[in-house]
Amino acid sequence: MAALNPRHAWAPTRGAPTGALGSQGDEQMLYFVEQCLNGVQLGMLLFLLAAGLTLIFGIMDLVNLAHGSLYMLGAYFAATFAAVTGSFVLGALLALLATAASGMVLEVIAIRPLYGRPHLDHVLGTFGLILFFNDLVRRIWGPDGMTLSLPSEMLRAFQILPGVYYPLYRLVIILVTLAVAALLYLLVMRTRLGMLIRAGASNREMVGALGINIKLLYTLVFGLGASLAGFAGLMQAPILTVQIGMGENILILAFVVIVIGGIGSIRGAFVAALIVGLLDTLGRAFLPDLLRAVLSTDAALTLAPALSSMSIYMLMATVLVIRPEGLFPAASR
Amino acid sequence: MRVLIKSWLLGTTALALLTAAADAPATAQQKTIKIGFISTFSGPAAAIGKDMRNSFELGLDQVGRKLGGMPVEVIYEDDQIKPDVGVQKTKKLIESDHVDFIVGYIWSNVAVASLKPLVDSKTITVITNAGASEIAGPMCSPYVFSTSWQNDQTPAAIGTYMNEKGVKTAFLMGPNYIAGKDMLHGVQSTFKGKIVGQELTRWPDQLDFSAELSKAREAKPDAIFAFYPGGAGIQFITQYAQSGLKGQIPLYTAFTIDDLSLPRLKDLAIGVPGAQNWVNDLPNDANKKFVADYKAKFHTSPSFYGADTYDAVALLDSAVTAVHGNLSDKEGMRKAMEKADIKSVRGDFKFGNNHIPIQSFYLQDAGKNADGSYALHTVSLIVKNDQDKYHTQCPMK
Repeated sequence: MAALNPRHAWAPTRGAPTGALGSQGDEQMLYFVEQCLNGVQLGMLLFLLAAGLTLIFGIMDLVNLAHGSLYMLGAYFAATFAAVTGSFVLGALLALLATAASGMVLEVIAIRPLYGRPHLDHVLGTFGLILFFNDLVRRIWGPDGMTLSLPSEMLRAFQILPGVYYPLYRLVIILVTLAVAALLYLLVMRTRLGMLIRAGASNREMVGALGINIKLLYTLVFGLGASLAGFAGLMQAPILTVQIGMGENILILAFVVIVIGGIGSIRGAFVAALIVGLLDTLGRAFLPDLLRAVLSTDAALTLAPALSSMSIYMLMATVLVIRPEGLFPAASR
Repeated sequence: MRVLIKSWLLGTTALALLTAAADAPATAQQKTIKIGFISTFSGPAAAIGKDMRNSFELGLDQVGRKLGGMPVEVIYEDDQIKPDVGVQKTKKLIESDHVDFIVGYIWSNVAVASLKPLVDSKTITVITNAGASEIAGPMCSPYVFSTSWQNDQTPAAIGTYMNEKGVKTAFLMGPNYIAGKDMLHGVQSTFKGKIVGQELTRWPDQLDFSAELSKAREAKPDAIFAFYPGGAGIQFITQYAQSGLKGQIPLYTAFTIDDLSLPRLKDLAIGVPGAQNWVNDLPNDANKKFVADYKAKFHTSPSFYGADTYDAVALLDSAVTAVHGNLSDKEGMRKAMEKADIKSVRGDFKFGNNHIPIQSFYLQDAGKNADGSYALHTVSLIVKNDQDKYHTQCPMK
């Protein structure tokens, strides 16, 4: 074993009784750091999806179930453009533009008639769009799915701290998403468009009465939301591959995030996405070992995945009871 | 007079035709055999269902779309990877379509959920992929056959191979459903080293294995074993490579790299061994014909899902032929099928008392062809004529 893993030759195996207590404790700490990074990475992905969702929900009062379809479109565009151009980065940029354009066209054609109607109509209409997009993708790209391959230099782990190795690409996701979050913050808090978006979130009628072109604002916001979803999809594509319906499961988590964070609040989406990402990942990482202390191995193995996925919904229920508006309620409407 | 004779002839001919038409449904030669086929035809796993259907259709075409001389009609149903949908479709095939046979089932949990209606209605069933230990053991049935395996067998073979490679410690991973648990038990039944960690992940919605791969890295095993069927295999192998573990900790697999995922995994699959009861290059005549005809018709390589489904056609043909088309003679058909008197694409095999094949398992690996395409190859025989360990729990003799 030592021969296979020279860098670990000095370290005791986890659970082995030998070895200095200090080094084992350090190692546990480093392992914890690595799992936290995994949680942050999932959180970042959820933030990208939830930010678009919460913008659209908060400002346009639209429940958009088809947000996951835009996530899927982003991934398909990226896989296609990367294959055509031969460059991952160029493919990603083109895919981002294509998803934003698709989102704006979608808003003009299919979303506009839904404004001002009850939420149930939104749910039905955008659910129909999910079916439409799944079938459209099947017709264009076929049923088998696609692969977006990373450049080979990305296929390695990066030593972020002595002894902590982390997959390079996941590190890139964390850093790029943090940059996007910062840009989004600047856009919303420091620009005229951002001011209109915030104004639209707190009082839509007043913004319209002041002579702002609400139609155009809505199209732009929807395009922004679409490109965030598409960005999440294309960043995740090399990890999860590109498949029809890939956005549906993750969208449920994104809805949980915006409910916890407070609908319409980007800051809330960011904090809630981190909490949900960490809770899910740390649950998966540590719950099986904790349960094994009290249950048989088989029972612990079976129960742990179920419990860790439940934990997110329990958190949501708790937040809804204590703070029904979410952790960071947007300005009162 | 001539007119009279003519009209009399016409009349009798017409009458004869009428009676013949009325008799038609009663004669065995005209009856159509109805086969219900359950697999997954939607979502990411639809690629598996397509391969199974293609192979079944190819098999039927090769026998003139007749079993024992009787024409065949197949009704395909989609289980959507959901046990509740699978059992509902199974009941529909039995109760409203009145099928004579049911074939298919990819997922062990879907097969186990569907077992009761199959057994209660005494529908002769050929499971062509799922290999739940329950069906091999206490829930075995005279009417249920498998052309695949019991889940523990393939990982048990890879466990044997890990011993041969001198692996001393291993970390095991699989999805949290019946098959995943069977697979992890399977490796442990033959692997002589120490298990330093094992994980079951949410199924089928968890596609990101970051936390589990970090655990595997931290446990510092000599090797990782993984079972991730269908699209999940692509995600797992990709993330294993992205995590940088590929150069550090070797991976051993069961049902994770197949002919369907290989064109998408490409280089990532190279150097990752797996065990299998069938590989596309097995040198027997039945297999050569199957692979060549499949490639000619569908322009792609068949997978093990298809191969085991293809064998179901021959098995059903042997049953209907043995009873001369009398489909109510279930005992006769069962006895004929138990002989496994067919030319299987895996080579000859026998059925155990629990109707699970006693068969050989091979080591396979992925290679790149001269033309840039990828293919799976047989490396060696790992275990010959292996019988699953649950057959002793099956009350059938």
